[in-house]
Amino acid sequence: MIEVEDLFFRYPNGFEALKGVSLRIGDGEFMAIMGENGAGKTTLIKHLNGLLKPTRGRVLVDGLDTRRASVAEISKAVGLVFQNPDRQLFSETVRDEVAFALKNFGFGEEVVNKRVERILRVLDLSEHADTSPFLLSGGERKRVALASVLVWDPKHVVLDEPTIGQDYLQKERLRNLIMQINNQGKTVVIVTHDVEFVAEAKPRVVLMSKGAIVGDGKAEEILSDRDLIERASLVKPQISELIDSLPGKGLPRNLIDAYSARSAILRIVRERHVAGVP
Amino acid sequence: MSLGFLEGLRFTRADSPLHRADPRAKFLMALSIFASALIFSNALALSALLALQIPLVLIGKIAKRWSRSLRGGAFLAMLIFLMNLLTGQGASFAIGMSIRFICLLSSFSIFFLTTSPDDLGLALERCRIPYALSFTFTTAVRLVPTMALDAQEIIDAQRSRGLELERGRFLRRVRNYIPILVPLIVSAIRRSLELAEALESRAFGSSERRTSLVTLKMGARDYVLMALSIGLLASSVYISKFVQVPSLEPLDEILSFRWRII
Amino acid sequence: MPQIEAEGFSFTYSGSSSPSIRGLSLEIEEGEFVLLTGPSGCGKTTFCRCLNGLIPNFYAGRWEGGFRVCGLDVSKAKTHELARLVGHVFQNPENQLFSLSVEREVALGPENLGLPREEIRERVEWAMEAAGISGLRDLAPYELSGGQQQRVAIASVLAMRPEILVLDEPTSFLDPKSAKAILETVAELNEELDMTVILVEHRLDLASRLVDRVLVMNGGELALDGSPREVFGKAAHLLGIGLPKVTLLFEMLREDGLEVEIPIRVEEASAILRRLLG
Repeated sequence: MIEVEDLFFRYPNGFEALKGVSLRIGDGEFMAIMGENGAGKTTLIKHLNGLLKPTRGRVLVDGLDTRRASVAEISKAVGLVFQNPDRQLFSETVRDEVAFALKNFGFGEEVVNKRVERILRVLDLSEHADTSPFLLSGGERKRVALASVLVWDPKHVVLDEPTIGQDYLQKERLRNLIMQINNQGKTVVIVTHDVEFVAEAKPRVVLMSKGAIVGDGKAEEILSDRDLIERASLVKPQISELIDSLPGKGLPRNLIDAYSARSAILRIVRERHVAGVP
Repeated sequence: MSLGFLEGLRFTRADSPLHRADPRAKFLMALSIFASALIFSNALALSALLALQIPLVLIGKIAKRWSRSLRGGAFLAMLIFLMNLLTGQGASFAIGMSIRFICLLSSFSIFFLTTSPDDLGLALERCRIPYALSFTFTTAVRLVPTMALDAQEIIDAQRSRGLELERGRFLRRVRNYIPILVPLIVSAIRRSLELAEALESRAFGSSERRTSLVTLKMGARDYVLMALSIGLLASSVYISKFVQVPSLEPLDEILSFRWRII
Repeated sequence: MPQIEAEGFSFTYSGSSSPSIRGLSLEIEEGEFVLLTGPSGCGKTTFCRCLNGLIPNFYAGRWEGGFRVCGLDVSKAKTHELARLVGHVFQNPENQLFSLSVEREVALGPENLGLPREEIRERVEWAMEAAGISGLRDLAPYELSGGQQQRVAIASVLAMRPEILVLDEPTSFLDPKSAKAILETVAELNEELDMTVILVEHRLDLASRLVDRVLVMNGGELALDGSPREVFGKAAHLLGIGLPKVTLLFEMLREDGLEVEIPIRVEEASAILRRLLG
């Protein structure tokens, strides 16, 4: 479990990015942290693996106080995948790139090889194992970055804006992968402002604005709440806008994605048909 | 520590007479202070020179950053003091040398803190330096904060993969910087390619005769500044040749006596 | 004569074994607002590069067929010739800004063209006004938000008074609110200035309501070409592009046997749903 207790953080230049954030992330949970640029989302997740230490308050990762441990130590439990893969790729081959973290953590050669092969297979990168990561396409480089974190099997995985610059198919694939990881029992936290992506994945949603949490609950409840969405400077999912425009038609107020909307509409239409309404 | 020192040289926009002054006038001022500092070896004269810069700092509203740049140089100043002392130059001379260093640092700190790289580029163009070069310069300056952010992101990402930059013996530590340097260089190359594309798309190099929206015009204030600069240099030469500035040499006796006791 | 004309056009980057664009034939008239979309790697960016001469001047490769922009043969024109006619806004706001003040940035293009100072001044004022950034004139690029930076990029390009405006995924790095605002500004420019706009976007929910025509590319070829309604109706989601959610919803309802039209926007969807539910 990851516990954030009354966290305050001030950058060296004086800017107070986090103003008393408290959050509990249970093991195996699937959570999205959302909000406009500058709300403090990235600052918050950097506290989860100790890159940043609290100015006030504390962060406990499985009971360990992040102030008392190094980033390397905490990272064994919390894998942080950053937004831009080009800010980390440096090896001659994809294989070396993915093995990097395992070598840092002191794993033996046999274990390293086995784990690297496995994660490459899972992420569909086996054919590129001996290619230079710099020669791969944007989407492939993102997968290499993800592989290089998943390879050490951290209990909690945190992804910062994983959907930026991705096309529809890539996002679908990413969503499936995230669900897969979560189903294996790992905690998954994503930071994103992609409302439609979250509407389909339906994680627990934590909304942030100006350094504080302004909303926390199920995706259906949070993303359909106009006031909260406005406070966090986001936009509502299109389906939710549609539902809002038709009050009193029997449509559940908290529909946020096309598939659920379809079921709801079909149900109402069939009921009316049965009841003999033209 | 080292990064704070760089902060002390970075231009920030402000509304001050010094910020509005022509970069060429400011450069002349910095140069004359620099030259004056080289003329004197006397600790008192150099202190006076340093003190003379304080009004400039106050007018330019850069007191905090200026002192930060000096603090960054404090370590080197101390080193200079010790080196001179240990090579038998005498305490007063050693003190003089460290104050000289601080003066040199200060003169250009004031210049860089109050001159926008854009203005600097314009000044360079006026001095007949080819546009391509001055543009390279201003773009490079503009990219410094961006690259610093890149570097920070890279360090964060690699630390999150277990890279420890503080541990290990010397050779290991140097090797540990490869995962930082490679992405930094690759990022820089990628960025410059994108910038080049954007530049081509703005018709860079389309016309031999480039015009400019803003030009530098010397105003009364700038001429005053230049006159003061020349005056300062002239006075320094005069004083160093004809005026007996009290020396701190008596201190040498006392301090070297103490030294021998130790 | 069409403003942009491609005839059996194919392009293969040097060092690549397969063409990035193959057999492309299309015509775009003055004043059209065209949305260009398709999965990653389909050739959209390559197409954009041809519009302002980056191909073949900046990117070498094998050129086949014809490509004319404003009557000029692109294979023979210089980039700076085309830069006067075609303005290009890139994906990453940071990597297209050079100066330390917004005003100087916007003036950069006209300065390069060697225009007299009075005219530069005029154009700079007009462009900043059109892009909505007059108030930011003295700020430096690093002091601006992503959305503001993109507006500066747009203004800098407008100052060249191009006939065609090309934007390659301009909202990739922006949050949904800023993305919406930028696209609305672009739509205004198209309407008020009668400027031809080629917009490459993945965010179809935001973009499709604003455009007249949608081009979908796939594997280097032009797969679909028509109005948004026509294109989205043709099972475009099979090509891996992300349809607006309301469009997806009604396509599914249609598959379920309901007789409904396919909407592009929320307002249309609302009207259709209102009729459906009685």
